[in-house]
Amino acid sequence: MGLSRNVAQMQPGEVGVVAGFTDDHLSVKLMEMGCLPGVTVRFNFTAPLGDPVCISVSGYELSLRLEEAATISILN
Amino acid sequence: MAGPKLKVALVGNPNSGKSSLFNHLTGLNQKIGNFPGVTVEKRSGACALPNGKAAEIIDLPGIYSIYPRSLDERIVSEVLLDHHSPKTPDKIIVIADATNLKRGLLLLTQIVDVGLPVILALNMMDLVAKAGISYDFHTLSKKLGVPVVPINARNGVGLDELKKQMVEDGHVTSKNFFSVWDEAKAPVKEIRSKLEVDNDYEAYLFLEQPQSLSFLDTGKKIQVDEIRKRFEFFPGKFQGAETIQRYSFIQDLLNEVTLKSSDQTWKENSRRLDKVLTHKVWGYLIFFGLLFLIFQSVFAWAQVPMDFIDGQFANLSKYLSQVLPAGPLSSLVAKGVVPGLGGIIIFVPQIAILFAFISILEESGYMARVVFLMDKIMRKFGLNGKSVVPLMSGVACAIPAIMATRTIDNWKERTITILVTPLMSCSARLPIFTILIALIVPSQTALGFFNLQGLALMGLYLLGFVAAIASAYVMKLLINVKERSYLIMEMPTYRIPKWSNVGFTILEKTKAFVFEAGKIIMAIAIILWVLASYGPGDTLSRAEEVVAQQTSNMRLTEQGFEDRVAAYKLEHSYAGIIGKAIEPAIKPLGYDWKIGIALITSFAAREVFVGTMATIYSIGSVDEEEDASVKAKTIKERMKAEVNEETGGPRFTPAVGLSLLVFYTFAMQCMSTLAVVYRETRGWKWPLIQLTYMTVLAYVSAFAVFQILS
Repeated sequence: MGLSRNVAQMQPGEVGVVAGFTDDHLSVKLMEMGCLPGVTVRFNFTAPLGDPVCISVSGYELSLRLEEAATISILN
Repeated sequence: MAGPKLKVALVGNPNSGKSSLFNHLTGLNQKIGNFPGVTVEKRSGACALPNGKAAEIIDLPGIYSIYPRSLDERIVSEVLLDHHSPKTPDKIIVIADATNLKRGLLLLTQIVDVGLPVILALNMMDLVAKAGISYDFHTLSKKLGVPVVPINARNGVGLDELKKQMVEDGHVTSKNFFSVWDEAKAPVKEIRSKLEVDNDYEAYLFLEQPQSLSFLDTGKKIQVDEIRKRFEFFPGKFQGAETIQRYSFIQDLLNEVTLKSSDQTWKENSRRLDKVLTHKVWGYLIFFGLLFLIFQSVFAWAQVPMDFIDGQFANLSKYLSQVLPAGPLSSLVAKGVVPGLGGIIIFVPQIAILFAFISILEESGYMARVVFLMDKIMRKFGLNGKSVVPLMSGVACAIPAIMATRTIDNWKERTITILVTPLMSCSARLPIFTILIALIVPSQTALGFFNLQGLALMGLYLLGFVAAIASAYVMKLLINVKERSYLIMEMPTYRIPKWSNVGFTILEKTKAFVFEAGKIIMAIAIILWVLASYGPGDTLSRAEEVVAQQTSNMRLTEQGFEDRVAAYKLEHSYAGIIGKAIEPAIKPLGYDWKIGIALITSFAAREVFVGTMATIYSIGSVDEEEDASVKAKTIKERMKAEVNEETGGPRFTPAVGLSLLVFYTFAMQCMSTLAVVYRETRGWKWPLIQLTYMTVLAYVSAFAVFQILS
């Protein structure tokens, strides 16, 4: 397990800590929106078709596509 | 301070209440213009200040950081980086959502570092109180080096203090929240000395954002490029590190100034709402229910004021042609200008109603959920979750629908939505559909309860929808852009919409349509009027004489005679001549020159087709007072009786009728839509592409239908 998990693999209600990003381009945008390494990320729920997903970071609710969520690695 | 009027720019995150603040500060003194050279709308307005002077408030697009993510956002960096120009703002108000300050402060520290005088407006103080949060404003202001004003943009609390701060002499703080990396120091120094940039961070952004420097002259741009190259500076490389550095400062600051933080329970209602509104069954049911409501209102509620406007302009036109002395000028006013004006005003009810809904969806935070629900499906077709609303509204009318695409941030997805929306069958196609279906489809029921005519009508709507989706898919493959499609979107907390903001949106959209698209609609209306009422030589002025000769042995009523004169005039007008000239081109579709004339005149608006048919087949006594169905019936009878001179059979065979139906389903026969696309895309490129692809699609499909069936 360890570093290999990412946000797209989380279960609704699960909480983790952002470890890093696998996509430079997206990471910049994610960090601007408050999704920073070291902050707690909560996986809230998925859209009815399974994609996109809604997460909470730094007190903000964000929606991302699964492929975008997969670029955020988590520690757990 | 430069210039006579204080220029104040409003900057803030999306959903931070920036529009509310702007509306509150400027009231009805708002102007919509353009940033020079780009397609971004510029909202500005005047605001009275306590010192008796006025400030010009400029509303800049909502951004998360000074690094732009889209064309709209680039405007903000350009305004902030272009110092010492007449356009440079004297003050920047950064508005931040005080219920969660992190992101707002990221933007603030960037703007302070750029070196312009800043005021921080902390908005949503009512929610802050409700959530039980409290801040030490004094320390916050001291640490940031800028005035901090707590406000509530919804009810105007704190705005007097904000205005007072606007008049204060703006001092630029020397704080550098972000220290430029060692390896960037040399190029920054060189930029500062060569280009007279007065601030490290500003110079750093010159290196970081080659795309936001359009305000520099070519010589300077080349200099910047040269320096960037020589020092091997890669834009974007350190952006992430900068964000982390700033956030770590912000976290420390917030730990110090937050006296009491919130446990997020105040968001509980919003979470509960999301459980229902994004539910796999209820979510879609509610969404489609809402869409249906919007569609119904744009379709049905707008009908009453539209009929009223239509009637009033028809009366005015009739009245003017009676009272004005006969002559070309009176005819231009009564038959060209007044109907043209009516053709613009008639769209106002639909635009107002649609934007009332859209504004409510945006203000309440529901629009983000629409995207959340629809993104996966729409993405496959190169569209955006938000494309659903314009597409659905397009069934009522493409004009407000295309204006509604503004909510789509991604340029490609927005352009595709604009291009395919007119394929959705709008209400103006309905009169054509009804009359042609009545002509070629028997009024029978199939399988007991399906009315065949009704099925045909539904089939046409479906055809339009399928064509829209399929075209979107093709365009997704054809339009190549570097811009990568991504979602990463905030799901704002649900809020009750602020009704005055809804009002301002309606006003703004209506004004934009009437004054900008209106000009083009008017011009085309006048051209079409000239084409339909003038002909070469004196053929038209001799119309009555000629018709009198032709019909001398017929006993016509006065009305019958006038109808024939009108038909004769149309046939011999320039429109008639063009109609005849294009006959070879439309013959393979099964049309004759009479239909050709209708194709020309109905370019103004599709529904004109029916009126032209009525004129050209000189239908007896079409009384103004008679209701539409009776009128339609007489036109239908007349069209049914029309004989194809070559075959001796009826002109409107099923093949011809179906070919026409398909043609009108696909063809861009609407100058108002073209005008609005021109306005929304700020150029003739996309409207012309749209006109071409839709006409080709219509022509080829109608051709295929006619050739297969006949």
